[in-house]
Amino acid sequence: MSAGGNALTRSAPWRGTAWAMGKLGISGRMLVIAIPMLWLLVFFLAPFFVLGRISLAEAIIARPPYTPLFERGPDGTLTIIASLENYRFLLTDALYRNAYLSSIRIALVSTIFALLIGYPIAYYIARAPEPKRSILLLMVILPFWTSFLLRVYAWMGFLRNNGVINNTLISLGIIDSPIQMMQTDFAVYIGIVYTYLPFMILPLYANLTKLDGALLEAAGDLGASPVVTFFTVTLPLSLPGIVAGCMLVFIPAIGEYVIPALLGGPNTLMIGRVLWDEFFSSRDWPVAAAVAIVMLVLVVAPIMWLQSVQNRRGDG
Amino acid sequence: MAKAAVAAETRPWRDPRAQPFISVQGITKRFGDFTAVSSVDLEIFRGELFCLLGESGCGKSTLLRMLAGFEQPTEGRILIDDADMSAVPPDRRPTNMMFQSYALFPHMSVEKNVAYGLLREGMKKAQAYARAGEMLKMVKLEKLASRKPDQLSGGQRQRVALARALVKQPKLLLLDEPLGALDKKLREETQFELIRIQESLGITFIVVTHDQDEAMTLATRIGVMKDGGISQIGEPQEIYERPNSRFVADFIGSVNLFEGKVDAAAPDFIRIQTPELGAVLVPVQQGLARGQQVWAAVRPERFALSRQKPQGAQNAWQGVVEEMGYIGHMTQYRIRLENGRLIRASQSNRLRDEDPISWDDHVWISVSPQAIRVLDE
Repeated sequence: MSAGGNALTRSAPWRGTAWAMGKLGISGRMLVIAIPMLWLLVFFLAPFFVLGRISLAEAIIARPPYTPLFERGPDGTLTIIASLENYRFLLTDALYRNAYLSSIRIALVSTIFALLIGYPIAYYIARAPEPKRSILLLMVILPFWTSFLLRVYAWMGFLRNNGVINNTLISLGIIDSPIQMMQTDFAVYIGIVYTYLPFMILPLYANLTKLDGALLEAAGDLGASPVVTFFTVTLPLSLPGIVAGCMLVFIPAIGEYVIPALLGGPNTLMIGRVLWDEFFSSRDWPVAAAVAIVMLVLVVAPIMWLQSVQNRRGDG
Repeated sequence: MAKAAVAAETRPWRDPRAQPFISVQGITKRFGDFTAVSSVDLEIFRGELFCLLGESGCGKSTLLRMLAGFEQPTEGRILIDDADMSAVPPDRRPTNMMFQSYALFPHMSVEKNVAYGLLREGMKKAQAYARAGEMLKMVKLEKLASRKPDQLSGGQRQRVALARALVKQPKLLLLDEPLGALDKKLREETQFELIRIQESLGITFIVVTHDQDEAMTLATRIGVMKDGGISQIGEPQEIYERPNSRFVADFIGSVNLFEGKVDAAAPDFIRIQTPELGAVLVPVQQGLARGQQVWAAVRPERFALSRQKPQGAQNAWQGVVEEMGYIGHMTQYRIRLENGRLIRASQSNRLRDEDPISWDDHVWISVSPQAIRVLDE
């Protein structure tokens, strides 16, 4: 048999499959996209629907601790039991509203500080010559080599009343009695900014390395001082990096649980903690699920808005 | 008399008493061990369109960047209109630059790009945009004022860059390969456009280019650069007709070089003895000593080709046409002499020749002594 004939017989079943898939409206391109789509479906969308379904139920002492969605009556009819009671409860109880607002405030302040600290660092790294630049980048990522939990504990060693900072200040005679830093919002800000700073620096760095040096020279040549050049050229062009960095800090910060639990005080109210308490202390899964869903909406809505703004910007 | 006065006015470099507008004095720039520009002296006059011509890496762009203030000279100083620029940062210099990449701000419209420089000097918004509009009209882009740079073609972007650099009416405009990114046809049109704009505004231009045709077309004078230094400064015709070195002769246009030694002086000519052509007669020239090593340089178009031995030719040799290229307005030949040396010659096709010299023809090539340039380096 000739080589050509061989190839033909080998390709025939494949062509048959392709034809059959084509009939079903499936192309090779779709198969490639299908894998990530399936992944998102199984590990994001499905849990989301489970959560949504729980949020519509009522808490009971049972296993699982919520009422079923469908109930079969004695006459065999199927009734759907769902209520928005949990959501109404979230609106009426000030605890949740305060927790949401406080979470947003803490995440917002942390994001602003991360931006103010991260931008100069990213700018400096982006402008550094090559061997130095790689070392600096490595130093930004290096903390990830140790456990996040350990690093937060390390901060406790610094911020405690008899911690490194207070001891140093007292021994230098600057203060007489220790400053209360642990169990304050300040400690939470420190923890969040410290932890999420690399997520601010990396997208900013990626953006700023693309910045054409000739643009800065052109601005200078046209009479702009370095400061004016920064505000009229560098800053507007790095806006996509700023948006990306801020989202990467703001989104995890808003739902942060570990940092406020370890560094924050009893007054630090964040939604992550409320969620934990509802799930594990009160065992009220439906309310906890409703809290989670509302938070998701609160986070996703601004992102969608930002995305659409950016897209419009890109078109216009 | 009247003619001489005009020449002095439009060609101030010919007048020894003329004051230069830009004076580059002993400029050297070193990057670590590498010397990019070495002790360059240059005087440029008001209203000139001066071209710095050289291959990439010859230091021409570095020199331009020092004029703009982006680089500080290691040694020497630059005066613009009698003001020392040493301590003046780019944003305070009376210069503007048109970048090779154009460096248009991608987040601003065409109009905003052009008005940028005016707003930086504190001009009122309305006035600045009106001026920007006039400038855009001059480069014929007024209809595209609200477009972003990435919505423009290469040629349009080039004109925006030019308008932006000119809008502040700088004393000196620096252009780094201004036509480098355009295709050939557009480049030729834009060359004359550039000259028109330069003449109508009367701004002094310094253009950096590696393209000798561009330099020849644009320039009032050309500075040919090599290895960080300036090899020759002169008007285009001067550079072409009287190059001062083999490098310049070879870089501007093409040339046949024949090494030889000064042999003897005839009454009207000097004889140069070359291994490849034998004796070559050249015009009497100062500063040539007997036995000195020199090079006889002949441009391809200065050769005459004929089938019969030319009558009365002082320099004539026999050869065979090895290759020819018919370009239309001219034909290029490569002719192999009996001793094996290949010579480049070209003939303009002024008349339609029914029996042109062609491959494998035995021909005589001749050149008049006046068409030979003798180089001693």
